[in-house]
Amino acid sequence: MLWYVIKRTILIIPTFIGITLVIFLVVHLAPGDPIRGMIGEMSSKLSPEAYELFKKTYGLDKPILERYIVWLGNFLTFNFGNSFQYGKGVGELILDRLPVTITINIFANLIVLIFGVTIGVLAGIYRGKLFDKVSSVVLFGLYSLFEPWVALMLILVFSINLGIFPIGGFTSINFDQMNFFEKVADVMNHIALPVIVLSYAGIAFVAKIVRTSVIEVSNQEYVKFARALGVDEKTIRRHYILRNSLIPVITIFSTVLPSLIAGSVIIEKIFSLPGIGQLFYSAVFSRDYPVVMGLSAISALLTLISLLIADLLYAVVDPRIRYE
Amino acid sequence: MRSYFSFVKSRFFSNKLGVIGFVVIFFLVFVAVFADFIANDKPILCIVNGKLYFPVFYDKVNYSSASFKIMPIVPYSPYKMDFSSKLLPPFSKHLLGTDDLGRDVLARIIHGTRVSITVGIVAMGTAFVIGVILGLLAGYYGGIVDIIISKLIEVVMTFPTLFLILTILAFLPPNIYNIMFVIGLTGWTGVARLVRAETFKVMSSDFVKISKVMGAPDIYIMFRHVLINAINPAVVSLVFGVAGAILVESSLSFLGLGVQPPMPSWGNILLTGSQYIDYAWWLALFPGVAIFITVTSLNLLGEALRDAMDPRVVIESA
Repeated sequence: MLWYVIKRTILIIPTFIGITLVIFLVVHLAPGDPIRGMIGEMSSKLSPEAYELFKKTYGLDKPILERYIVWLGNFLTFNFGNSFQYGKGVGELILDRLPVTITINIFANLIVLIFGVTIGVLAGIYRGKLFDKVSSVVLFGLYSLFEPWVALMLILVFSINLGIFPIGGFTSINFDQMNFFEKVADVMNHIALPVIVLSYAGIAFVAKIVRTSVIEVSNQEYVKFARALGVDEKTIRRHYILRNSLIPVITIFSTVLPSLIAGSVIIEKIFSLPGIGQLFYSAVFSRDYPVVMGLSAISALLTLISLLIADLLYAVVDPRIRYE
Repeated sequence: MRSYFSFVKSRFFSNKLGVIGFVVIFFLVFVAVFADFIANDKPILCIVNGKLYFPVFYDKVNYSSASFKIMPIVPYSPYKMDFSSKLLPPFSKHLLGTDDLGRDVLARIIHGTRVSITVGIVAMGTAFVIGVILGLLAGYYGGIVDIIISKLIEVVMTFPTLFLILTILAFLPPNIYNIMFVIGLTGWTGVARLVRAETFKVMSSDFVKISKVMGAPDIYIMFRHVLINAINPAVVSLVFGVAGAILVESSLSFLGLGVQPPMPSWGNILLTGSQYIDYAWWLALFPGVAIFITVTSLNLLGEALRDAMDPRVVIESA
């Protein structure tokens, strides 16, 4: 087991280098000039000497592979460079924006887990019954809805027509004068709609997988055998079916977690939430290389780590899996 | 003995939802191909001075003096601006209303079908070809080839796809060709994995071994024996992939990085809708409905195909 963990961890390194190298090449070889982008309208007045000085300051005069190696070395020491656009450290910028994205993603994931698993288990146990049929149709429909559209419709109904939720943002203007409970309520009020939009497709996805898994486990020999022995249905469901059918949920979370972070680009833009997604979106447009690189690399690293954790959790949860 | 194809066909057509999906997709492809005939402000056919012109939108002819003309069902162009009829509500002169520049929303959605269907098919077609070739090579040769290709699959799969697409599109000029290229380039891993796994299974069967012993060339065995037995799951994933590609294109156009106005796409109509959400709800509602219908139909079609192709699944003709 320990040997397996070490081997898998080492195997992350070439994949990580591959991913970051590709993104680095895409960002740096693409047309568009970050220096002119940074200076904006004044760039036509920039003298060639000043231009060269800018290039040197930001290390843009060196060959591309050397720049990549410097970047990689810095990344490994948690030095993500300085943003061209904001002039601040990339790490600091990300930390500023992180709470918003993390908050909406934690709630979205929780909702996906609770509703997805509950609906999936019930549909699997009562398969062919009314609940299964209705939930299948509803979830199938939810899965095909276009997220930005759902977001706009929710804003139209709940924010514009009914006035229940605010139209966007993370906090109200008078947030600083509120006491703790008012602050919590204010944030909840602001994130309600974004969380719904982020989670409905996940619920459909998880419920479907759990349902299939429950049905598969129910058809196993040991469940039939337990039933033949006269074990009561409640015990069978709880100890024989439920436990084993929840194993696939682990894999889902290893893929849902990273995709939720990337998925917040659109949600954060629609609801004007100042999170990671908005930061990335604006960085891409202003050719802010360090921010684009830093966020892509962190996101790739998170993906790789969550895949590893999922693999290991499998072994912990399912004693039938052994890693040599 | 029935052929496998007729077996799949009869099973597919006994699945009502799948057939509905198939019919809707067929209809959408028809709309995409003949969009110019369905929504246009020029007549389809007209007679001027005793001479017949068809189709009129290709000829430069003054049809106002026509003695006979047939107009399209939706007599508006998706590009024609009319500032006297800005943001008109639906069910007026314009069935689905007009946008901020006075263009007919229904005409724009009809022409947007062309963008969505084209992007879906071309992008996933590209992905399919890349995926099949790489999956086949990995499964057929195994060893070092497999290790390299598997590593490549892993790298592309772990890419934060939307981040990568946004990054590429911010630097490339945003047009429909670049979108298809980027989606195709990032979307092939699912197909490659399925083909690779199936190829491994087929490789251990006797007919492949015998072909090899008899000295058949690799490329012949690959396509004649292996691929034909390994392609089913990939075809199913292709159908789901088209739905995914349509959603990605719509997202990109919605973010302003996709198809650029004035060319209509469901995503950029929705983007306009988001700017006028407080008093022109129809601009946001209808393109979303179009996307929903398309994606649902593709998903129904994909599920029906998967069930029909898998002999273990019992089809209930309900």
